[in-house]
Amino acid sequence: MSQSSSSLLSADALTRIERECAKYPADQRQSAVMAALAIAQDELGWLAKDTIAAVAKILGMAPVAAYEVASFYNMYDLSPVGKFKVTVCTNLPCALSGGVDAADYLKNKLGIAFNETTSDGKFTLKEGECLGACGDAPVMIVNNKRMCSFMHPEQIDALLAECGHSKVGA
Amino acid sequence: MALISALNPLLTTGWSRGDNGWRLRDYEARGGYVQLRRLLSDKVSQDDLIAEVKKSVLRGRGGAGFPTGLKWSFMPRAFPGDKYVVCNSDEGEPGTFKDRDLMRFDPHAVIEGMIIAGYAMGAGRGYNYIHGEIFDIYERFEEALDEARLAGLLGQKILGSEFSFELFAHHGYGAYICGEETGLLESLEGKKGQPRYKPPFPASYGLYGKPTTINNTETFAAIPFILAMGGEKFLGMGKPNNGGTKLFSVSGHVNRPGNYEIPLGTPFSTLLEMAGGMRGGRKLKAVIPGGSSAPVLPAEIMMNTTMDYDSIAKAGSMLGSGAVIVMDESVCMVKALERLSYFYFEESCGQCTPCREGTGWLYRVVHRIEHGEGRAEDLDQLNRVTDNIMGRTICALGDAASLPVRSFINHFKSEFEYHIENKKCLVDPAIQRAGSGFFRMEST
Ligand SMILES: Cc1cc2nc3c(=O)[nH]c(=O)nc-3n(C[C@H](O)[C@H](O)[C@H](O)COP(=O)(O)O)c2cc1C
Ligand code: SF4
Ligand code: FES
Repeated sequence: MSQSSSSLLSADALTRIERECAKYPADQRQSAVMAALAIAQDELGWLAKDTIAAVAKILGMAPVAAYEVASFYNMYDLSPVGKFKVTVCTNLPCALSGGVDAADYLKNKLGIAFNETTSDGKFTLKEGECLGACGDAPVMIVNNKRMCSFMHPEQIDALLAECGHSKVGA
Repeated sequence: MALISALNPLLTTGWSRGDNGWRLRDYEARGGYVQLRRLLSDKVSQDDLIAEVKKSVLRGRGGAGFPTGLKWSFMPRAFPGDKYVVCNSDEGEPGTFKDRDLMRFDPHAVIEGMIIAGYAMGAGRGYNYIHGEIFDIYERFEEALDEARLAGLLGQKILGSEFSFELFAHHGYGAYICGEETGLLESLEGKKGQPRYKPPFPASYGLYGKPTTINNTETFAAIPFILAMGGEKFLGMGKPNNGGTKLFSVSGHVNRPGNYEIPLGTPFSTLLEMAGGMRGGRKLKAVIPGGSSAPVLPAEIMMNTTMDYDSIAKAGSMLGSGAVIVMDESVCMVKALERLSYFYFEESCGQCTPCREGTGWLYRVVHRIEHGEGRAEDLDQLNRVTDNIMGRTICALGDAASLPVRSFINHFKSEFEYHIENKKCLVDPAIQRAGSGFFRMEST
């Protein structure tokens, strides 16, 4: 652990992490680790080992315990991703209504496969499991936050165009 | 926006105004928080309250269908220290999307239900664990909580009574296994979401080792409605042993996928009609009636089944979370099973060998059959692997991975055999492609 936590995260991020800690009993700061990692990832784009260690320090837990959490949950990125991470649901209920077709359409348009990033560093494509929105299939999420419903070719084109003007997400 | 429709609207009454009807003032205008106020001002006893919930025969809406009143009565109310009420909004079971809409259109019903549960069980604190992928819903729920706090409905000495209850939202980050209640508790404690051995059950050893009751979002949301109409009347809306109405998330090959509220005991055919019937007029082939973990049933059986816990169990499946996945004749059952098996393999938390290794085996064998490399002995092999998983794991994910495999092979054996013998699909690839309707650009 070389860097101090405050040099990695902004004052705003630290305040938000403390607000999350306040949701739990005073002796259970570790409960806020998922939120704290998400806040750190939002700010720095992905979770480097140093970032995870910094989060662990803020919460008073062992770095390895925070790393275990970061590597267990699918929405944390332990390596750099593009400016727009697009996660497409291809699970069965969605596949019945075009989830796999939507993923293929995106792969084609972007020229990348799942878990790849476009050469301009703009887009990363991920395969998602059920997002809990199967009635809106095809569905995808941009940067873990923005849920996009009923994504047929026209809507996907519009989303990509919008991202081309770099306006989506955090 | 998805259409909302109900035969007998109860939980969905507040949904009619879409995104404009979820605020505290809207909820109160339709009778919200009246039940909480009544309990507090009349000092209704915990015993009477739990008795009323028992009368309703509300069964847990998260999957297992355990009677809610009975579960509440297991809490050691007299236990002097901290006690918790936890809401399971981790909704990750493929096909299920009702809790998302409940929190989107009527978050205060969930909040009121949780406060009442806290009162009934003497718990002072609650958490709602919300599925990671629905960030906008998490934000809305946080806003609703702020409204409730400001109005004195949450916090110290609620509405001037002696009862205090704090409630917070916890945002998941993408792990299906955190829907399993003890995996969820581990996750809330800031760890990997790996399920615990049971017993001890959460009622005696739950969050932070304290007595805890966990219910599904829809279970909590039903509570204020049950108290408003009385347990008996709620029970009467459904059928004996299957009280009330229930939300069904209908996905797949129907004209109008979406959430539908129907009294338990309604014929499946009625639900299918409400969802607009089969897309493109194609023929119904199969239905998974209770989320991806429930056994699949062929069309003939489904069309003669009513939607309630007991009837679906009798038909050989489970009502589960009420996720109805509808498949028409364009579906290749091998491919469908391949995708589900991949899901369980991907989401196994890895702590039990039969599940960690077994889900990998299931996926690889179904994958090779789908890709024309199946062997004559593969179907027996698949059944053998499920035998080695089921009943030998810490949590029910092992069973959830096995039941689809067994039921797909059981009901659609000839399709698997055709695949193995002919190294290709029984269903013409062109027909399969047409099934999804992706390029039709239906208006939404
Ligand atoms: C693998 C697995 C995933 C589950 N996922 C969910 C879920 O997403 N939501 C839920 O409410 N229950 C889920 N359950 C069931 C819970 O363990 C628990 O039974 C339920 O939350 C209890 O609430 P209820 O009695 O109100 O249904 C899951 C169970 C298993 C084994
Ligand atoms: S059955 Fe599977 S998911 Fe459940 S605890 Fe064991 S390894 Fe984890
Ligand atoms: S299966 Fe895709 S959101 Fe549920």
